[in-house]
Amino acid sequence: MSLLASLLSVTMLAQTLRMAVPYVCAGLGGVWSERSGVVNIALEGILLAGGLGGVVAHVATGSPWAGVLAGALVGAGIGLVHALIVVRGRVDAIVSGIAINLAAAGGSRFVLRSLYDSSSNSPPVDGFRSALLGGAGGGALLVRTLVDPLTIVTALLVVATGWTLYRTRFGLRVRACGEDPVASASVGVDVPRVRLLAVSLGGAICGLGGVALAYDEHQFQSGMSGGRGFIALAAVILSGWRPGRAAAACVAFAALDAAQILVQDQARAASGYVAQMLPYVATLVALWAIARRRGAGAIGGRPPAGLGRAAD
Amino acid sequence: MSERGRQTLVATLAGIAAGWLAFALLVWIYGESPREVAGQLLAGTWGMAYGVGQVLYKATPLLLTGVAVDLALRAGLFNIGAEGQLAVAGLAVGTVGASLPPGTPAWIALPAVIAVAPIAGAAWAGVPALLRARFGAHEVISTIMMNRIAGAAVGLALARGLAVPGTVRTPDVVAGARLPRLEALGLPSLHGSAVSVALPLALVVAVLAAWWLARSRIGRETVLVGLSPSACAAERIPVARRVGGALVLSGAVAGLAALAPVLGYKGYYESGMGAGAGFGGIAVALLGRGHPLGLLLAALLFGTLEQGGLAINARVPMEVMTVLQGVVIVAVALADARVRAYVAGSIALPRRSRGTPP
Repeated sequence: MSLLASLLSVTMLAQTLRMAVPYVCAGLGGVWSERSGVVNIALEGILLAGGLGGVVAHVATGSPWAGVLAGALVGAGIGLVHALIVVRGRVDAIVSGIAINLAAAGGSRFVLRSLYDSSSNSPPVDGFRSALLGGAGGGALLVRTLVDPLTIVTALLVVATGWTLYRTRFGLRVRACGEDPVASASVGVDVPRVRLLAVSLGGAICGLGGVALAYDEHQFQSGMSGGRGFIALAAVILSGWRPGRAAAACVAFAALDAAQILVQDQARAASGYVAQMLPYVATLVALWAIARRRGAGAIGGRPPAGLGRAAD
Repeated sequence: MSERGRQTLVATLAGIAAGWLAFALLVWIYGESPREVAGQLLAGTWGMAYGVGQVLYKATPLLLTGVAVDLALRAGLFNIGAEGQLAVAGLAVGTVGASLPPGTPAWIALPAVIAVAPIAGAAWAGVPALLRARFGAHEVISTIMMNRIAGAAVGLALARGLAVPGTVRTPDVVAGARLPRLEALGLPSLHGSAVSVALPLALVVAVLAAWWLARSRIGRETVLVGLSPSACAAERIPVARRVGGALVLSGAVAGLAALAPVLGYKGYYESGMGAGAGFGGIAVALLGRGHPLGLLLAALLFGTLEQGGLAINARVPMEVMTVLQGVVIVAVALADARVRAYVAGSIALPRRSRGTPP
């Protein structure tokens, strides 16, 4: 099969969807956090911790749904910690994010060694894959991905995030806190509380992404987030902090990942490194293009005007 | 005691207390005695000559990345990219050092390879610097991207012929390009540890950087730009150039951090060498708070933790130390913000703003 044919194949579509789930979840997490005004580079650590939490609960109870719940709770917990440090503690959000990422990277290895006596991976878990839908072809993978509960939940979350953010009172408050915390506070919105809620909610969604990542590999591996949190954050910025577009950008990054797998199958070796670089180079180019078009000062799209600002 | 002194004291005490608490808690959860493990940690680091040497060796790149992050912070920039700048510089130093003619005398070889490190680091930081200074693209995102690109680019370069076939390491550098170990220079008691001349070199760089920021015209302008870009623009200080220059200089110093492992220890560059020192440098810079002595102490602390992690790894996973790093960073930043808020309550202090381009 030629390169072009394989890039247009069903396998490519299936792989893209499969890879997209963690990206989209992390991206939605980023949208919730940053629209409320809290910069969040902790997405990377939340993916990791959420994935580990999910696998630990799955191994302990034997139920994949328990893992999903645990992953979301761990994600929400870390989001809450990040928000508390930033909103209540008035610490720079980048500092808090770096610290959380460090703690999650080290902490996940620590937990792996404590529980499973290995610092690299957990015991295997089943996740949601059913044996009935076996088969190696692209079509089978596509069907399996489409009926995977986490894929469905993620798709619903994209819609729900857009609807909540733009059509509900809570969403309006989140956006108001992100745009102008001082004005929001002056009309009686409890800015710290809204931010704590929004960042925790985003953390929960991002944690689901970690669970999806781990279930997809059928185990947790240390460092398995592999920069996806950062890429998702880049997607959020490139999309101008809008949930639908952020999800679309995440799918585009997932397509690059999927192409990388296919290219590796075809050509092997060195081209793998080039493919690895692609999403990051693409982000840099997009950052440059957007900044250039909007003039100096813009990050990309229009950031929430109150991003990183306190209410008083 | 001055207000600044009190603030530093409070933050340091908070960091140490929180670090100890987290350590004790994690070790206890793991089912070991915190006091015994801490004793083992101290014995394996400051309790023996080899341990001291290893701590100093680990502290060397941390001091330099700390200085690098601090330089950028003074200009209002967050250089998250030290990790990638260090990796690219390491590969460049290893490659150039190995391609010199075998008999090159040290007085030619050493300056040549040492100069390669800051050039490579600065070049890697040049991309985010340009994006920031010229187009206003946020340096946090672009340096994170450059870290990831560095990882793949170094892998690609090694796979495409820079490595010894079948391995992920460059050939040995020529003998003249090796930095002598301190044990060979009249400190035989450090026997076997990897601390080298790179340490005094790093100290000189730390002092020079502090001097440059405090005494040179461009350095002072850089600090002023970090405090208030709009005021500087009004005074016709070239804000964009100072911001970009600070990031490039920061990359150069981060590149120097590759010297200790590549030339002082192994004598070649290997995939993953120096990993973690870039992020460690952020912790060092936050703890060291803009003073060379503070940066040195912070680098020694994190060097101790890193080496201590190895010393206790048989009983408690050494990853505890990475968690500690995160906890200490947050504790120090929190204490710092508390004190700042308290001070701001009594006197109206101008908020220190992160730099924005004009």
